[in-house]
Formats: sequence, C-alpha cells, structure tokens
Amino acid sequence: MARMATTRRVVVSTIGAWFFGFLIFFPILWMMLASFKTELEAFAIPPSFLFFHWTTENYATVQERSDYVHHAMNSIIIAGGSTLIALLIAIPAAWSMAFSPTKRTKDILLWMLSTKMMPPVGVLVPIYLIYKSFGLLDSRIGLVFILCLGNLPIVIWMLFTYFKEIPRDILEAARMDGATIGRELVYVLTPMAIPGLASTLLLNLILAWNEAFWTLNLSTSNAAPLTTFIASYSSPEGLFWAKLSAASTLAIAPILVLGWFSQKQLVRGLTFGAVK
Amino acid sequence: MGQITLQGVQKSFGPVHIIKGADLDIADGSFVVFVGPSGCGKTTLLRLIAGLEDVTGGSILIDGKNVVDTPPAKRGLSMVFQSYALYPHMSVRGNIGFGLKMAGLAKDEINRKVEAAAATLNLTPYLDRKPRELSGGQRQRVAIGRAIVREPKAFLFDEPLSNLDAALRVQMRIEVTRLQKQLGTTAIYVTHDQVEAMTMADKIVVLNGGKIEQYGSPLELYERPANLFVAGFIGSPKMNFVTGELAKQQGAATIGVRPEHLKIECEGASGWPGTIAVAEHLGSDTFLYVDAGALGMLTARYIGELSLHAGDRVSLLPDPARIHRFDEGGNALRG
Repeated sequence: MARMATTRRVVVSTIGAWFFGFLIFFPILWMMLASFKTELEAFAIPPSFLFFHWTTENYATVQERSDYVHHAMNSIIIAGGSTLIALLIAIPAAWSMAFSPTKRTKDILLWMLSTKMMPPVGVLVPIYLIYKSFGLLDSRIGLVFILCLGNLPIVIWMLFTYFKEIPRDILEAARMDGATIGRELVYVLTPMAIPGLASTLLLNLILAWNEAFWTLNLSTSNAAPLTTFIASYSSPEGLFWAKLSAASTLAIAPILVLGWFSQKQLVRGLTFGAVK
Repeated sequence: MGQITLQGVQKSFGPVHIIKGADLDIADGSFVVFVGPSGCGKTTLLRLIAGLEDVTGGSILIDGKNVVDTPPAKRGLSMVFQSYALYPHMSVRGNIGFGLKMAGLAKDEINRKVEAAAATLNLTPYLDRKPRELSGGQRQRVAIGRAIVREPKAFLFDEPLSNLDAALRVQMRIEVTRLQKQLGTTAIYVTHDQVEAMTMADKIVVLNGGKIEQYGSPLELYERPANLFVAGFIGSPKMNFVTGELAKQQGAATIGVRPEHLKIECEGASGWPGTIAVAEHLGSDTFLYVDAGALGMLTARYIGELSLHAGDRVSLLPDPARIHRFDEGGNALRG
C-alpha cells in the first residue's frame, strides 16, 4: 500500500513539474513559433499552433533592416565587461566580509541590498544628466559602468554566501602549511570557490544580458545592445509580431544556449546555502 | 628540537578573559595533553601556541626564541585539526605535500617525502584519491601525514579523534602515540576525554576556567591531585568527596576517596554503611552506587564480578593510605 502511494505521489509530482515547466517555457516557445509565421498568421485568431506556413522570411527581414552582429557584439561587451568588473570588485569585498567580519558587516550587506530596493526610474533623470555631461550617453563604457553598479550588490551577496561556506579550518591549515595570503588565494581558496564564482558569473551575465531599463534609456545606436534591437521592432509603425519574435529569438539565443549548458551551475548558484 | 615555554600567556576576546596567565615548560620530545571541560581555554591555548590567535600578554618561547610576533608558518609547528581541514580539491598526495610545496622544495624531494610519510601511515594505496573518497579514519591519517611530512619542531593536535567512532578512536590513539614516540617530536594534544589524556600523555595540563590547575604526569595527577577540581576531573568513575564531621576528623574540609579505593564489606563491618541504589555489572568490573545517608551518594568499584544488587546493604571501607585531604579553598593538604 505504502509503495503504491509513493509511486502515485512520484507520478503526480512528475506530471505537475512538467506542467509548470511547460507553463513557464510556453511564452518562449510561442515567441519562437511566431517568428516562423507570416505577420498575418502571427495575429490570427484562433492561433495555429504547429500547422501554419513555416517561413524564415522574418529572420531575413530582421537581418536586412538592422545589424544583428553589431548589437550582439555590444551585448557581449556590455554584459561581459560589467560582469568581469563586478567580479573584480566583489571578490575582495565578499572575501573580507566573509573571513574577517566586523560588527558592521551585516549592516553593510543589508545596506548594499537596499540599493536594489529603489526603483531605477527614481534615479533616471540625475543619471541621465550626469551621463550627458560626462559624454557617456550611448557609449559602451557608460553601460558597462551602470550595469556593473546595478548588479554589484547581488554579486557581492552571492559570493559572500559562497565564501562563508568555506570552512575556516582549511584556511588556517593553509596558513600553518606556510601559505602566504597570495598563495592561499591561488592554491586553496580560488579552486574551492570556483563553483561559486562560476555560478555567480553566469547569473550576473544573464541579468546583464537581459537588462533593458538602462540600456534602452542610455543608448540609441552606437552602444545599443540586443535589448534595444528588440525594442526597435515595437516601433511607431505598428507592431510586427512575427518580426519582433524573430528579433527576440535572435537576441535570447546566445544566452539560452549558455544557460542550457550551465544549468547545473545555475541551480547551485540559486540555491546557495540550501544544499551543501 | 622542540622545547616550548609559556610565560604569563594571556588572551582576552574583548572584555572576556579566556586565558588568565599560563606558565608552562614543555620539554623537547614530550607528549603533553591539555585536558579540561569545554570552554576551559584548552583549544585557545593551543591556537595561541600555533599563532592562529595573537596573545594579549606574556610570551611564548620555542627553543628559547620568543615567537609571539612570528606568523604561524614561521614557527615550525604543524597542526592537526578536529575537522581534519583537508584541501577538498587536492589528492592525498597534494594534501600531504602542500606544506613542502609552499616551502619551495623540489618536486622529486616532495614526492619522496610524501611517499615516506604515506608509507608510515599506510596511505600508499590512497595517494591519488581525493579526501571525499576516504573514510573518517583515513582522512584523519592524511591530516596527520600533512603534519609529520614537514618535520616540525612540534605537533599540535586539536581534538583530532573526536569525530571518529569509539573503536577507531582507540586504534588511532595507539597509532598517534606510537608515531610520536617513533619520531621523537614534541606533541601538544588537546582533548576533553580524560581517558585519552591518561593513556597518551607523558604529562597532562589540567585547565579550568582559563587557568592551569595542575601540570604533571598522569599518575602524579591521579595519585596527588593538587585540588578538588583535578581530583574530580581525573579518574573515572569520579572521586567520592565527603565533607562534614568525617572530614574534620582527618583535619580537612573535604576528603576524597576514589571508587577503586573503597573496600566493599558486608553490612555491619566497620566503614560507611549504605544501601546500593544501582549496581552495574560490566564483567571486568562492578560499579556500585551506594546511598550512604548523610555522606551522600558514593561510588565504589570492585575489580571483577560481585553479585550484589540494588537494595542490598553494604559497608564501604576507605583505604586509609589513599584518602585525599583538601582544605577549605579546595587545595590538597599534604603530609
């Protein structure tokens, strides 16, 4: 009896998991399908799910009308650059807070997180003006800078939680073994922290890649990443759903592939502390 | 060489005094055990010697040189941690050889020394495994290997056996003792287990509340405890303490008799009468917990089997030569 009940529970939860997984994935699937439809079919009600006239013309149009490679390059530079700089700042910061905490460490961490509670639009005007006077509007450097600052609290939090999991004894053992701080970092800490660093890097890369508020507001063409590229298809001329879908599919493709291959790392990154 | 001397060593964390002035002379090659209840400061004292904590006052001399300002690695000591603290990403070979690598030894020499250490500890078949692929006892041996390979002036052990099961603990206890004798290196060993202390040590330091209560050989501590704390802490089952009229007759505030020095007689014989509350029959020993009225609960130990049971009346006769006398301050009275 007990075994039957267990089997039933497994079946029900598996079906449930697949159902919710599909529910979450559906918008992306729908977007991908729409990108292969004609503009008319993309609008059609009732919508056709699979049996429509498959076409790649949207992709061709999107390629013609805008320079995907230019935007993709910008996305790579902005997301990659902001992530790397954030890591460079966050590693020593998280390090010192995890390994030599003071009375104020908790407060500092909370204060950093509190900056994420403020809606970005609240500081849009001052930042826009500052960027304007420093000539940073529509520049990659400017976007790298703002995305780096925006994600820094999360990066520090993630790394802090991860470093906290490294037992102190091991660091002390390394010190007894004669490792200087530098060698301790190279031979002991970094190898132990690599899974945490990798998941932080990936998550931050995804966040930066998809960030739309600042990239849309602070760039026009030169530094415009893929988010701007997508937005340009919801233009005053009206909504072109099929083309918009094609552009979006192109924009998320790289990060989707990256995410797929690094699922394990990502899950570990998101469940810090929950699993050892 | 590995002679360690502590002179008035103090340690405070903020307003809390953990070590209240420790003076100690540890001879080269000896095996010294720090023992005491939890929170007595024994691990802190070890960490001060290691250099993992800074002293608040006093000096620590290693071979006559004050090392309080010397970083841990330069003190020439090696430490075995309670949690083993192995590097999880390195193989056994990497773990044992790490200290030598940091010291800048040539690869061949590192390999030779690591293999020699592994052979001593029966770890040769596991040299290329990661710590997670080893059992608790093997991990412990790797931690010890890491300590011996550097040929330190002294080994520092911080409750190294407390994570092992009882049988393995006894086995490792013997292995560690034998290894230390074989290498002739000074060892300081922290434990809360007085059996470990009694069996392994050349000399025991009994700590309580950040103070050294007594420093001496195991039998010295057993036979001539300096005060009530040591008398109660060393020896199992615990020493019986009697106060009041009986103690006064002996010219003391408290007298103490170990369970094994109480002769168990039939009721009516001379001695302290009482009723057995609990009798424990271990085969090799019989422990009797006797309710002796005004004297309180007394424990008596009989070597071998004694067929007495709860409720039986007995008389306990202390061996007059083995009665310990203490004054009002709890200090032992001699003579």
